[in-house]
Amino acid sequence: MTGPATQIILRGTEEACRPWTRRTLTREDWTALVAALPAQPALALVALWADTAQAHALFMDEASGDILPVSTAIVDGGYPALSPVRPAAAWLERMVRDLWGHTAQGGTDDRPWLDHGRWPHTHPNAIRPGPMGPPPEPPEFLPVTGEDLHQVAVGPIHAGIIEPGHFRFTAQGETVVRLEIRLGYTHKGTLSLMRSKSPRAAARFAARLSGDSTVAHAIAFARATEAALAVEAPARANGLRGVMAEIERIANHLGDVGAICNDASFAFALARFGFHREAMLRAANAAFGHRLMMDAVVPGGVAGDIAPGGAEAILAAIAGVEAELPELTRVYENYSSLTDRVVGTGAISRTLADRFAAGGYVGRAAGRTGDARLHPGYAPYPDLVVVVPSLAEGDVDARVRIRLAEITESIRLLRILLEDLPAGALSVVLPMLSGEGIGCAEGFRGDIWHWLRLDNGQIASVFMRDPSWAQWPLLEAAIEGNIIADFPICNKSFNCSYSGVDL
Amino acid sequence: MVWRRVFRTLTEGPATERAAPIADAATQALVAQLDAAAQVRLGRSLSIRHLDAGSCNGCELEIHALNNIVYDLERFGLRFVASPRHADVLLVTGPLSRNLREALVQTWQATPDPKWVVAMGDCAVDGGVFKGSYAIDGTGTGGIAAGVPVDLKIPGCPPAPAAILIALRTLIEANVGGRDG
Repeated sequence: MTGPATQIILRGTEEACRPWTRRTLTREDWTALVAALPAQPALALVALWADTAQAHALFMDEASGDILPVSTAIVDGGYPALSPVRPAAAWLERMVRDLWGHTAQGGTDDRPWLDHGRWPHTHPNAIRPGPMGPPPEPPEFLPVTGEDLHQVAVGPIHAGIIEPGHFRFTAQGETVVRLEIRLGYTHKGTLSLMRSKSPRAAARFAARLSGDSTVAHAIAFARATEAALAVEAPARANGLRGVMAEIERIANHLGDVGAICNDASFAFALARFGFHREAMLRAANAAFGHRLMMDAVVPGGVAGDIAPGGAEAILAAIAGVEAELPELTRVYENYSSLTDRVVGTGAISRTLADRFAAGGYVGRAAGRTGDARLHPGYAPYPDLVVVVPSLAEGDVDARVRIRLAEITESIRLLRILLEDLPAGALSVVLPMLSGEGIGCAEGFRGDIWHWLRLDNGQIASVFMRDPSWAQWPLLEAAIEGNIIADFPICNKSFNCSYSGVDL
Repeated sequence: MVWRRVFRTLTEGPATERAAPIADAATQALVAQLDAAAQVRLGRSLSIRHLDAGSCNGCELEIHALNNIVYDLERFGLRFVASPRHADVLLVTGPLSRNLREALVQTWQATPDPKWVVAMGDCAVDGGVFKGSYAIDGTGTGGIAAGVPVDLKIPGCPPAPAAILIALRTLIEANVGGRDG
């Protein structure tokens, strides 16, 4: 049965967007959609973005699996807000206002987000950017009322080797009452730089949206381009993309599990997991010529073939991980000082994870089961029967366990992918055509979605949605009621991307 | 269990790799730069403060790798510190986003003299692929030099840990070489 909100979306004018038809709603229908969304909680908001003329939203019906891109024209400088009924829209609406100047009418939060008042002009993606904004003011934080509260301000520059962002804790004694995160410090104007470029040239920016997910973002971007141009990457390219994506997943999980343990002063785990991460990166370098495999995935296929001896290097690295992982897992489970720090810390509920449609280990540690490799699914995964772990606890420990389980699964997938690599071409030529497409990929953090519109082979408009958009707000919720000293371990267990959402 | 580990260590050796040689010419060039700047020598132990001026986090991954047991940065007398007030070297990544410019300058001011600024990665060197963006302070040659004076550049996207290590050790050798010579 189709839900009430889906029925309204299906009323819209169909637009040529591949592989999922986009529908443009009249303002009345968009308003009706906002009103109908509370009655259909399974219709998850995946992304919200804009171009100069329209606001776009991407919904996924988690009950039926339908993927529904929907748009409405900008009227009177804005569009009816989604944030009152989908809280995950709040940051995205602030981003849309700062970059395009479109106001979310009736939104829950109208404070600036990416624009800190330091760019040469406002609304850089608008047809006519505005004059330079007012001089930087101290940012406004949400009010907190209560007795004996104090604030702790951290950042934008942190004490570790980490990206910049500002964390404003309000605490009662040691206990965090509210955390508010302010980002935007790494905003590089990436979307604006990609416009008017060919997909091949723009792919370098997609690969640098979040360096730790360079392969996954490059795959999502390539798939969006290929969808827009109605071409398919060759089978061998898809196989190699799978190999790279699973190496990236294993390497990131290894690095983060070690770092989470280190935040509980358990340096042994950091040393061993870090050693294996290094082995994975060296194998990636041997196979694809770059430790992080940057720019190895290109629209139309892959940039080059796997090097001679590359497969052997990867197999040796994963054999090393596999040999020590059971012992490391035992160590992780058997040290009470570590258990004390991770179990029950930074927990989020299934309800909250659902409300933000959180993907990746954040969602799966809180009972969700989504994985873009399974749904919507893309080559080479449908043939592989990916097993996706899920736990109910939602705490730091659950996120670690999901990652450990995913390492084992990715090792299994890598062996199959390497053994069954199809022969044939590495890429197809991209026609200089117009079109619109959506691509997705499962990065180590979760589902990545890219949308773009091509105009005679050049990018007219583009948006890249990192999974962190759904996970940062959950981190704010996870730390509530925990002590400030547990923030680093909570933060590392989420490991959201700053650059990925700063654009 | 313990004996198995001892045996493995004896047969396989440590995971930490031997240090690669560093080029004498590069050291001499840095010594000349030090002399020209009349920079006070810092000796054989350098404390490094990392600062992200808008990177994609790729450079940070490779800086983290320097601390793993394969590269083991600390054996060379190099270590990362949590405050600019404890630092001799600012290791800066990213193309210098306008939103972070003030924080970079404040960090630089908080670092006691004498100090070194190392621009790490193509973005920090000249803005990299983000050159020309409205959100980047591209004054002069671009990169972080638009905000603070740069002493050493480590190009790469991102530079491999081995390359970062060689550059940082060259910095030590130049410091020591300058004092002895």
